Order: sequence, then C-alpha cells, then structure tokens
Amino acid sequence: MANNNQSLWHEFKKGLWDEIPPFRLVLGTCPTLAVTNSVINGIAMGLATLFVLLCSNISVSAIRKIVPSEVRIAAYVVIIALYVTVADMFLAAMFPPISKALGPYVPLIVVNCIILGRAEGFAQKHPIVPSIMDALGIGIGFIMSLIVMGSIRELLGFGSILDIKLLGNWFEPWIVMILPAGAFFVFGFLVALTNYLSRKKATETHGH
Amino acid sequence: MDEKIQNKPQEKSKETTQPTIDRLVVSSSPHFSTGDSVPKIMHAVILALLPASAASIYFFGLNALLLGLTCVIACMLTEYAIQKIRRKPITVWDGSAIITGILLALTLPPAFPLYAAALGSIVAIGLGKQIFGGLGYNIFNPALLGRAFLQATYPVMITTWSEPLTKAAKHGIDAVSAATPLALMKFVEPKVMTPHLDLFFGNVAGSIGETSAFAIILGGLYLRYKGYINWKMPLGYLGSIAFFGWLFYLANPQKYPDPLFHILAGGAMLGAWFMVTDMVTSPTTSVGQWIFVVVAGFLVVIIRLLGGLPEGVMYSILLMNAITPLINRHTKPKVFGEGNQS
Repeated sequence: MANNNQSLWHEFKKGLWDEIPPFRLVLGTCPTLAVTNSVINGIAMGLATLFVLLCSNISVSAIRKIVPSEVRIAAYVVIIALYVTVADMFLAAMFPPISKALGPYVPLIVVNCIILGRAEGFAQKHPIVPSIMDALGIGIGFIMSLIVMGSIRELLGFGSILDIKLLGNWFEPWIVMILPAGAFFVFGFLVALTNYLSRKKATETHGH
Repeated sequence: MDEKIQNKPQEKSKETTQPTIDRLVVSSSPHFSTGDSVPKIMHAVILALLPASAASIYFFGLNALLLGLTCVIACMLTEYAIQKIRRKPITVWDGSAIITGILLALTLPPAFPLYAAALGSIVAIGLGKQIFGGLGYNIFNPALLGRAFLQATYPVMITTWSEPLTKAAKHGIDAVSAATPLALMKFVEPKVMTPHLDLFFGNVAGSIGETSAFAIILGGLYLRYKGYINWKMPLGYLGSIAFFGWLFYLANPQKYPDPLFHILAGGAMLGAWFMVTDMVTSPTTSVGQWIFVVVAGFLVVIIRLLGGLPEGVMYSILLMNAITPLINRHTKPKVFGEGNQS
C-alpha cells in the first residue's frame, strides 16, 4: 500500500518539475506564449486547462478498455471537445472580461498537446486514480508555468503583478514584454533556466 | 567538449570572413595568411566609425557623446560579465563589443535616456551575440538587435527627435523637437522634402550618427581601402534602394521621394557601410551577397513608402540576417571535381 501511495505521489510530482509541460516537455507552448501578458489571464487559462485535463484523463481512463485502438484519437478529441466547450461557456458566462481576453485560446485547448499527450501517453494505459494524479500534477505544473511567465511579463510590461502596482512611476514599462516578442524572450530564458537547474541537479546526484 | 567550442569562434571568424574582392573568396586550399586578426579588423572598423561619431557630437553635442560612452561601456561590461560567468576566454578587448556599442549609439535619437541606452546595449550583447556563443556565431547584427529591442520596448522615446544643435542655436534655445526627413516626407501634409545637401552633411533631425552621410562615407571608404569590406555589399544595397525608390518616383514624382533622397535619408548610409557589411551576419558567397543586398534594399523601400514605419533599414537588415544561413546553404560553390551531379 505504501508503495502504491508512493507511485501515486510520483505521478503527481513529476508534472511539477521533471515533466513540467511548457519548459521541459515543450508542450502547450501556444497558450503559454499567447495569454501570459498578465498573471490573471495565465491563471484563468491554466485553470481551464487543468479542468479539461482532469476530466478528459478520467474519461479516457474509464473507457480505455472499451474504445478500439483504431479510433481512439477521434474518441479522445470528442471527449476533450466536450469539456472544452463546458469550460469555454462557463468562462463566457461567469467571467466575460477574462473570456474576452483569452480569445480563441480557450477553444484551442481542444488541440492542446498536453491534453492529447496525457490521454494518449498516460490515461489510456492507467487506471483512473493514477490518471487523476497525473492530470493534477501536469495541470498544476502548467498553471505554475503560466503564472511565472505572466508575472515576469506583467511586471516588466506594466510594472504590476495582478494589477497591483509594484514598480513606481520611475519605471518606464518595457512595451516589448507584452508583445509576442517578449513572450518568446521570457519563454526562452525560462527553458534555459529549467534546463540549467535540472542539469545541475543531475550532476549533483550523480557526482556523489 | 567545452574546450573545443571555446577556441572555435575566433578561428572560424578568421577563415570565413576574410573580406574584399581579393580576400573574400571562399576557395579550397592552399591558403595564405593575410596576417589579419579579429582585433586588427575590429580596430580598423572603430577607426572608420570615428568620423560618424565626431559628426554626431558636432550636431548633437554632449548628449551624443554620453550616449556613445554609455553604450560602449555597457556593451563591454555585458560581454565581460557573460564570458566570466560562462568561464569562457575574455574577449572584451578584441573590439567587437566596442563596435556594437558605437553602432547602437549612432542609431539612437539625441535625447534618448542613458539607462535605456544601457538596457539596449545589454540586450545587444547578451541576446544578440553571447547567447549564440559569441562573435562569429550570432545570427543577427547585435547592434541592430539591440535597437529593435529598444524600438519595441520604448516606442515613444525612440521616436522623439530633436533638431541638431546647429539649427537649434538659430532659435536661441537648447533643443527643439522635430521630425526626421523621412517622417516629414511620409506623415506631414503637404509633403516637406529636406534638401539633399542638408541630408548629405547631416544638418537634419535624426538618429545621432545616421544624419551625416558624408562622415559615414568617409569611414566606409577607409574600410574599403583597408580591404575589410567589398564594393558589392554597400553599393549594391544603396543601389537597390535607389532603384526601387526610383521605380516609385517614376510612377508618381509628387507622392514619392527621388532615389537620392532615399539613400541619403535615415539609416541607409550607416546600414550600407557598417551593418550590411558585417562579416558574421551576411552571406559569404558572391551570389548570396547579391541576393542579400537586393532583397534588403527592396524591403527598405517597401517599408518606407508603403509600411507603417517611416524607416525600414533596421528591419530590412535584420530580416535578411535571419535568412543568411539559408542563402549560404543554397549558394554553396561546387566542390572541385563534383561534376554535374548535385
């Protein structure tokens, strides 16, 4: 039983660093680049993705023995599309400004490689409980990534985080940071940073 | 692994960037050494930039000097810091960072804040050069990349121009904000065409080092004399701008400026002599260089006359920098004995 718990914890934890989606797997980069010009957009996008990921992982895992493998991708897309529609309509009804800011990127979760990747690579082969842990780990890792991206870009591009002004009037905002070019700069730096840190970690564990 | 990479940049820039008609011929061995080294070439370029720098100080005064110093110092410090952190050999004194600093400063408006100029320098060296592995590996011209970053970061500051001191003195005041000749041509109704002579000597509003075509040409001729650039790149670029500008001029002389205006105004001269000819970021083959300059000149005219911006020199060169590796690959000379098979 302890062993089981440990492996569940492992499924959860891997999404937070070892397989953190945008920076290590380089999946889901489209929303990562597109909606992170402010933290709040990043959080909304991350939550929507987490919801879809969780529901689709559960569903795919539940039906994994029924669906013939020839049509499995089509089945996943239909399942994912269902939850994306729910998320999209929920955002539009409850948080219209955020829904507007996110634009087409919520509907585009349908083709988000993170979700298809988890369905194909994990949920299809594992029971429901590990699939839930996997979805939670990857989803929270994704939210963390978006928050980090959004914080850096909002701080430099507007001088604020979550609309709270952190840098005084002396700070002349770097407009480039809220433009697509700034997204690529920050993304590149964060990928480099995660690679650097994990390489350091790897040499430390192997070195001793 | 690291050891190998460390030594490579200098070797590579030596062998692939021997310039001029006589020297920029990519061929098989045997080769003679010309005795040129990276520092030697870079110091000649710095010397060639002196007339333009002097003109910038003459026309825009202390501001120009401070901008130049800020950019050079910030570029050198960035280069030093990054090489120190990455435990690479320190090459600050080879002069390439100094050139980047001077070139970047020369493309800035006179009243540009110094901290912003320093930021641009850090980006120019950090993102433009060191991140790719240092001199010889950069895809984009570092100074232009820094400038493009500043353009996107501080769009208002970088388009706030003032009259040269020589003109402001006439009004009895220190500084007068003014539009550049290109902006006057493009955005003002009725059209104001700046006289060619003013453009040639630099008595107009604009980036501190871009206004005086005369000073830039002096430096360019010196570089040609030393054999570090060929005629093809600068003259091809200017010729291409003039040709496509002339086509527009023919179509509607009232609306579009004449070809001479095109090559004297804005950053065309500085770009032609000092940025298009950058050894690292321009094609190595003759055909490739022609493609580079013709397309870049075309882009300048299109951006200036039809695009949203008044000036297109920076983006034209950066865009062509981006496809230079492709140009090089597709204009590769045949290996001797290869025959007709491809």
